[in-house]
Amino acid sequence: MAEKFLSGDEAFAEGIRLACPEVISAYPITPQTIVVERLSEMVEDGSLDAEFIHVESEHSALSCAMGASATGVRAFTATSSQGLLYMAECLYYASGGRFPIVMMNANRSTALPWNIYGDQRDSLSQLDSGWIQAYAENAQEALDFALMSYYIAEHKTVSTPFMVNLDGFILTHTYEQVDVPTPEQAKAFLPPYETENRLDLDNPKNMAFSAGPDTNYIFKYKEHAGMLRSVPVITEAEKKFAEIFGRQYTGLIDTYLTEDADYILITLGTIAGLSREIADQLRSQGIKAGVLRIRYMRPFPTEEIADAVKNAKAIAVLEKDISFGNEGAVFTNVNSALKSQGVTAPTYNFIGGLGGRNISHTNIIDIFEKIRKGTERVNFIGIEVNQ
Amino acid sequence: MSVNAKTLDTNEYFYGHKACAGCGGSLAVRGALKVLGKNAVAVLPAGCMSAVGFNFPQLCFANNAIISTFAGTASMLTGIEAGMRRRGIKDFTAVGFAGDGGTADIGIQALSGAIDRNDNIIYICYDNEAYMNTGIQKSGLTPFGAKTTTTPAGQNIHGNIRPKKNMFEIVAAHDIPYAATATVGYMPDFLNKVEKASKIQGTKYIHVIAPCPTGWGIPVSDTIDSAREIVDCGLWYLAEYENGEFTLNKDPKTFTSVEEYLRKQARFKHLTDEDIQLIIDSRDAKWEKIRKNWKK
Repeated sequence: MAEKFLSGDEAFAEGIRLACPEVISAYPITPQTIVVERLSEMVEDGSLDAEFIHVESEHSALSCAMGASATGVRAFTATSSQGLLYMAECLYYASGGRFPIVMMNANRSTALPWNIYGDQRDSLSQLDSGWIQAYAENAQEALDFALMSYYIAEHKTVSTPFMVNLDGFILTHTYEQVDVPTPEQAKAFLPPYETENRLDLDNPKNMAFSAGPDTNYIFKYKEHAGMLRSVPVITEAEKKFAEIFGRQYTGLIDTYLTEDADYILITLGTIAGLSREIADQLRSQGIKAGVLRIRYMRPFPTEEIADAVKNAKAIAVLEKDISFGNEGAVFTNVNSALKSQGVTAPTYNFIGGLGGRNISHTNIIDIFEKIRKGTERVNFIGIEVNQ
Repeated sequence: MSVNAKTLDTNEYFYGHKACAGCGGSLAVRGALKVLGKNAVAVLPAGCMSAVGFNFPQLCFANNAIISTFAGTASMLTGIEAGMRRRGIKDFTAVGFAGDGGTADIGIQALSGAIDRNDNIIYICYDNEAYMNTGIQKSGLTPFGAKTTTTPAGQNIHGNIRPKKNMFEIVAAHDIPYAATATVGYMPDFLNKVEKASKIQGTKYIHVIAPCPTGWGIPVSDTIDSAREIVDCGLWYLAEYENGEFTLNKDPKTFTSVEEYLRKQARFKHLTDEDIQLIIDSRDAKWEKIRKNWKK
């Protein structure tokens, strides 16, 4: 392994180089661009033996990746925000076709108003698209996801595309010390992609077909079942990863001081780091605070979350998302999980960071303060009256 | 001509489908696949041919075939070509069959991108001059005057008010290695162009007129006749673009009657004499340019 000082985008590109995709098709969009710039350079200098295809849109980026995946080769693309929405049709197509493509999404606000900074409304709007969705917290985890995503997506029992989300700018553009594994280690971890779900001259196939009312739902059920089967594969991948790289990840969620916590903040992405600092600070004042970071929004960690927060007195869900007219999508998912598992502690939603607005130290202290006293169901950080 | 009725592959690659009787599009696909053979890897977007050919479990291609998104024929071809090549496979042809709407409207961006990259693919546009699969709505390749379900012919507007988009020259303007026009009415010409395309490196585009009896309002037995007449009366032409030059393959000394061609089709039956004269004038203006600028 080599220590390098890398941004989140660069770390992800290093991970992709180690995963050796054969076809990369991508269209530039801030703040994803650095990933594809680095990958183009790697192809140019010969350190990555892949076809880099300069497509004319994000729709084509994923359509092209599907074509490549349909021949049985490993494919990669990356996008963000408007680009993710523009390719939305292909997201559903890729999962329905069971093409285990990996995509990095740089989480960014969605227009209007225009804004290039980070929030999670782009990927969270696509929870139903049939992709495994993971959210990285730091550059190291981003790199590690690049490798693990292929392991999980391509697993024969799963065969489901995988979207790795990195908070725009906060993670994509922030430099950190990162352990970059060796190609030998990567090779020991990630087996070559082999599938029968491919076009084959010796055994011709008709793929991506129509299925009428009698059979359509069976394919949908199988897609659902494939996604659920990723849960044990994630555990398996993390175990093998730890054996080779020495870093053990924690599955669908990552908990911090939740075991005895009275007040738990549930969130995802980079803001978890600051949230843990606040939890420490509150603990020093005698308040039993804890933080639960969701690593995977799909498959959703229903039992894991419920189990981790079952003894809490109150729960906050902090997310960079709002489903207008309702609440944040993460909050909806968490509430559904808690209800199904019989957890009855009050839950409160905190919407923040939209369009890249800073979520401060004080904001998080305030969240814990509010849930201790009780507050509105849905709260917009920095806007006192819900309007 | 190397492809003819005697030499054509007797194997069928597209059969058992449920296309309408007299379907020109299915004929174009069937014929082209006979030329390209079993190692053709076909991409078909949402549209007539995918709707009639890929109904699980009744799958109608004997070669490898896949439905793409409506806009994604060319981009999926790009990915397939790259993927097959990465697998070390050399003896295959990545071929797309998209309708007029899938090509000239929703798919034009991806097609333009593929030509720009000069991806080694054949893109065949089977042009039945409207969105026939969804029920005869106007596309960018619907001709002037045609009645469709979204360009009704009434007192105020006589069907479609705009001429066909000139896909052949749009494609040629990319300086594509090979482009050609064709019609299922002159099958040997079409099939030989497919064969020629299969031997050229880079992006190839063939635009084939493929009448739709349902949408055109003609008897199902008239598909071939209409597909010939459109060329004979000068409303379509057989041409190629290669090495930066246009070549006219067939230069009729006299045209057959445009009016006769149009009047046989229910979609044009509302046209006035003035409307028909406009169509004839536009034909003549086009042919004047063709005869002046293109090789013969």
